[in-house]
Amino acid sequence: MWLKDSSIGRKLVMSITGLCLVFFLLFHGCMNVALVFSEEAYNWICSILGANWYAIVGTLGLAFLIFVHFCYAFYLTIQNLRARGNDRYAVTARQQGVDWESKNMLVLGICVIGFLVLHLANFWFKMQFAELTGIETSAFDPQDGAGLVKFMFAGNGAWSIVLCVLYLIWLAALWLHLNHGIWSALQTLGWSNLIWLKRIKVIGTIFASLVVAPFAVVVFYYLGMGIGMLLA
Amino acid sequence: MDSYINIKVKVWRQAGPKAQGHFETYELNHIFQGASFLEMMDILNEQLIAEHKDPIAFDHDCREGICGMCSMYVNGHPHGPDSAITTCQLHMRKFKDGETITVEPWRSRAFPVIKDLMVDRGAYDKIMQAGGFVSVNTGGVPDANAIAIPKPVADEAMDAASCIGCGACAAACKNGSAMLFVAAKVSQLALLPQGKIEAAKRAKAMIAKMDELGFGNCTNTGACAAECPKSVSLANIARLNREFICAKFKD
Repeated sequence: MWLKDSSIGRKLVMSITGLCLVFFLLFHGCMNVALVFSEEAYNWICSILGANWYAIVGTLGLAFLIFVHFCYAFYLTIQNLRARGNDRYAVTARQQGVDWESKNMLVLGICVIGFLVLHLANFWFKMQFAELTGIETSAFDPQDGAGLVKFMFAGNGAWSIVLCVLYLIWLAALWLHLNHGIWSALQTLGWSNLIWLKRIKVIGTIFASLVVAPFAVVVFYYLGMGIGMLLA
Repeated sequence: MDSYINIKVKVWRQAGPKAQGHFETYELNHIFQGASFLEMMDILNEQLIAEHKDPIAFDHDCREGICGMCSMYVNGHPHGPDSAITTCQLHMRKFKDGETITVEPWRSRAFPVIKDLMVDRGAYDKIMQAGGFVSVNTGGVPDANAIAIPKPVADEAMDAASCIGCGACAAACKNGSAMLFVAAKVSQLALLPQGKIEAAKRAKAMIAKMDELGFGNCTNTGACAAECPKSVSLANIARLNREFICAKFKD
């Protein structure tokens, strides 16, 4: 199977799963922005997704994508470490035009996954999971997503501030991961040439910012609210 | 102005492919900054021979940047701390008085060390043998102008063909990937009408050989193109990906 046995095939799997996840993030971020404008609107979006069959299929699909992306990341990294040979260079220097993140995608990916676990425990477990199983996982009604978000990010005193800062660190790691990941995925798909090489790098940076910005806006909104509540 | 400098050279010494290597530091005095890096290595070797020590083995041939034989990893850069040059084109004016210069061989599983700074780059030859050619029947030579090729295409093919197969790309890559080399070789042929016919077969055969020889997976860091003595572009890697993926989907 060339998607497993050839180096370009393996990279193709990484790029396609990665791009799908980027589109999911964009979708997720757009939904979150609703919180800033209207809590009812956010809860309405939550009710559409909630425990409906298409939301469940989507969630399973996402879990599969993340699983494949994660497994391939380790598979590729182990192979690449072996390809480097037994002796390491004593001196390594940075090359001009080579981004730090491009050489640290695995580390950034692990950061993103680590925070993802925290995020699932904070929200998904108390929303979709609670709705699916009917188990009471928090003091909040699974239907009132906005209330939960507000409590976690603003209403929980100093812990809310800590959580906001953690989420901002996560978003920074995510931005760095995407800043390399998006253009790299397009390059792997072969959508590049002498002219488009520079363009897809810029497109990657813009798209990464577009994906991360909605999440960051929501966190800053609640961080401001949380600080205001603490000072009041 | 070029002047004379005193330097220390920290060199990787390894008696043979199986032997355990180590660094040794040598002092060199009164080196003219106008000298080339390889001339400095020659002076060092003369000094070692005078001391009845084993001279340092290193690859070199044309000493004008076209053969691709010289292969030293100097201060963390393949071909040293300058852009778009080979080690033989590196000058001592890039170094300061009192500096310790670290010289290492290419380090990649597919390029085993033969001795000291010499590595076996036969892996690149094997990749070329797998498909880096155009099959032509013998016979009369057709007129060069019989097939018109647009100038931008000819230029791009020529730029890809400037690859000298020195191995700096795989040496610079944190993944030990040979993609820039294979991409350059696939591109120089795939861009031209004579090479297009076998393009799909060539891409598959060369990639299969590259994977088999133990090179790593490209993660598009771009270190290869940044260190390439011939400034071969990353756009060639995209073309290789395109050729390969299309060929596989057609199968």
